[in-house]
Amino acid sequence: MTAPLLIENARILDPASGTDAVGAVLVENGLIAEIAIGRPIGVPDGAEVINAHGLMLSPGLIDMRVFTGEPGKEYRETLASAGEAAAAGGVTSFVMMPDTTPVVDDGALVDFLIRRAKATSKVNVLPAGAITKGLNGTEMTEYGLLQEAGAVCLTDGRHSIQCTSMLRTAMSYAANFGLTFVHHVSDTDLTGPGVMNEGLFATILGLKGIPREAETIPLARDLQLAALTGVKYHAAQISCAASVELVAAAKKRNKSVTAGVSINNLALNENDIGRYRTFFKLSTPLRSEDDRQAIIEGLRSGAVDTIHSDHDPQDTEVKRQPFAEASDGAIGLETLLAAALRLVHSGDVEILTVLRAMTSRPAEILGLSSGRIAVGAPADLILVDLDYPWQVDETALRSRSRNTSFEGARLAGKVMRTIVGGETVYLHED
Amino acid sequence: MAQARASTASTSSAGSSGDYPPFNQRHLLSIADLQQHEIVDLLDRAEAMVPVSRQERKSHPTLSGKTQINLFFEPSTRTQGSFEIAGKRLGALVMNMSVKTSSVSKGETLIDTAATLNAMRPDVIVVRHSAAGAVELLSQKVGCAVINAGDGAHEHPTQALLDALTIRRHKGRISGLTVAICGDIANSRVVRSNLLLLGALNVRTRVIAPRNLLPAGIENLATEVFTDMREGLRGADVVMTLRLQHERAQGRMIPSVREYYRFYGLDAEKLAFAKPDAIVMHPGPMNRGVEIDPAIADGVQSVINEQVEMGVAVRMAVLDALLPTRNEA
Repeated sequence: MTAPLLIENARILDPASGTDAVGAVLVENGLIAEIAIGRPIGVPDGAEVINAHGLMLSPGLIDMRVFTGEPGKEYRETLASAGEAAAAGGVTSFVMMPDTTPVVDDGALVDFLIRRAKATSKVNVLPAGAITKGLNGTEMTEYGLLQEAGAVCLTDGRHSIQCTSMLRTAMSYAANFGLTFVHHVSDTDLTGPGVMNEGLFATILGLKGIPREAETIPLARDLQLAALTGVKYHAAQISCAASVELVAAAKKRNKSVTAGVSINNLALNENDIGRYRTFFKLSTPLRSEDDRQAIIEGLRSGAVDTIHSDHDPQDTEVKRQPFAEASDGAIGLETLLAAALRLVHSGDVEILTVLRAMTSRPAEILGLSSGRIAVGAPADLILVDLDYPWQVDETALRSRSRNTSFEGARLAGKVMRTIVGGETVYLHED
Repeated sequence: MAQARASTASTSSAGSSGDYPPFNQRHLLSIADLQQHEIVDLLDRAEAMVPVSRQERKSHPTLSGKTQINLFFEPSTRTQGSFEIAGKRLGALVMNMSVKTSSVSKGETLIDTAATLNAMRPDVIVVRHSAAGAVELLSQKVGCAVINAGDGAHEHPTQALLDALTIRRHKGRISGLTVAICGDIANSRVVRSNLLLLGALNVRTRVIAPRNLLPAGIENLATEVFTDMREGLRGADVVMTLRLQHERAQGRMIPSVREYYRFYGLDAEKLAFAKPDAIVMHPGPMNRGVEIDPAIADGVQSVINEQVEMGVAVRMAVLDALLPTRNEA
């Protein structure tokens, strides 16, 4: 039992209720006990009081796509180091992708990971169960048992299932359990040896391109199968204008369809690759500025539901290679919020819209009780100085890997305090 | 200081025209890095190197005491030999690194290789690699000059320079000509370097290929894009054909060699659409009977062997232009 915590004079931003007002929040026993807008809350005996004047109080972020190194490649990232990075970035819960060694395709491993995370990680680690055994795309895992063990959704992580009949079967079976089916849409045959967006820039660099159709063709298939099977379908991450249109059209007919975007596709474009900078080699690839603008519009219109970090730690060896030979992926837990706030500072998107995509929408999609500031909800909260200027120094990041696509970036907005279950797990120190 | 450097460069080189600022690049990685006057400067320097290769004593030892490493991760008899001869004619100590016996094949990264070579203190490293951007990556990790001898489908700057020199010698000018490049545009580094260089010199460039061998956005790099050889060759001053990799003619990219030759092979009938005095070029090695008729390859309009000769002159010019600058840095 920890002491009560009273946060006063905060600008409370809660997308779930649409709240944007100065007020106070009382936390007791790890839960939100009281919320007061425009009136005081009495200080309970022994309570810690935080005067949050000038700071934003928001639900902690829920990151729907995080790769870890543990188990199997702990030199890249452990649950502990990912938890440190998450806490510093304001992420209080993250969905852990099953692409580990071994693959998270068995209830026993889900159970182990939950216990391991509780023992070592500062934030909530939510394991996703694999859709197919060994991420092989051909044999279903035990969805019911994975769910019983604590898996919050099903996904094959960075792997994309190519076989349409397999997808139909898997979606149908997942629908029995109400499990959200998160799928990375990529036609690997069409992607081929491609390493970046197909277009003039790839041609100039002499790199093989990945056409947008490698995403839109399987996405169109998936959306039809989702309607056919009735599964709760979430397109893991879309990257181009045509995908936004497909999702928007599907949503008119099927309320169970949602889509996510990576902060990388929202904040960067293919030109950031410059002269073969491998930290910008990502899957899905960075697209054109027109595509980025279409995704921003999708976020505003509601076609795009969630923003995630796509945190993917890769060690130096696999990144310090010629572009085509380097591994995909960038870390992002610690920069997610500040990078997303670029959209707010630029005036492109309202702050509640940006926060909704990282708090209440992922919570709704996954069926979590967190992601909102409501009485009885878990006290997963962040205090943020929205205008705090800082520059990303990759050597100071808490991840075990350094492959940030925001290396040297100047950002505005910093997490001052992160609270998980009523406990402060990160406190910014100047 | 700039004045002093210019005068040193002009006395040590075989002939910059002296009308331009001194060639001041650290590396030669890409035609895209060069200003128009730098391209012309290199061509002038190369022109002055041609007599050196034609005289009995083929020596112009401005690089005496310098060390040149040819680091070829892909086999290339022509380009590697050309750089070796160029370095030796300038008096450099030339070392060829054999990739097959190097530790690269044992998992050593490109950057480890760069660090190892750098410790040997070479003055210039000439690099060929199968990955686009690999030469640039290596250049960031060494202290000496680096010359790109071809990186994946990205660039092959000395090939473009030697092509331009060959064209200029035959046509007396480059600006205002129409150059048609035919073949596997999508996978060719030669095309990228040539389009950049010729574009910088006000040439009307055409690319001709079946649509599936034309990369996205090529219409932004070439003046005109054609899928029909006859239309593309009409009125051309220069016809450049490209090698077709045999693996592309096995049904996935091209149905067959027979079909390719029928529609895209350069033969007398198609060449007749170009100007009567058009020259025929090929970066080599040629697939006779695939992209070019043997009679055309060896015919009177062909300047393919001269391209090889100009290759040595251009590489001498590039080595000479890069190294004096490095000496004074």
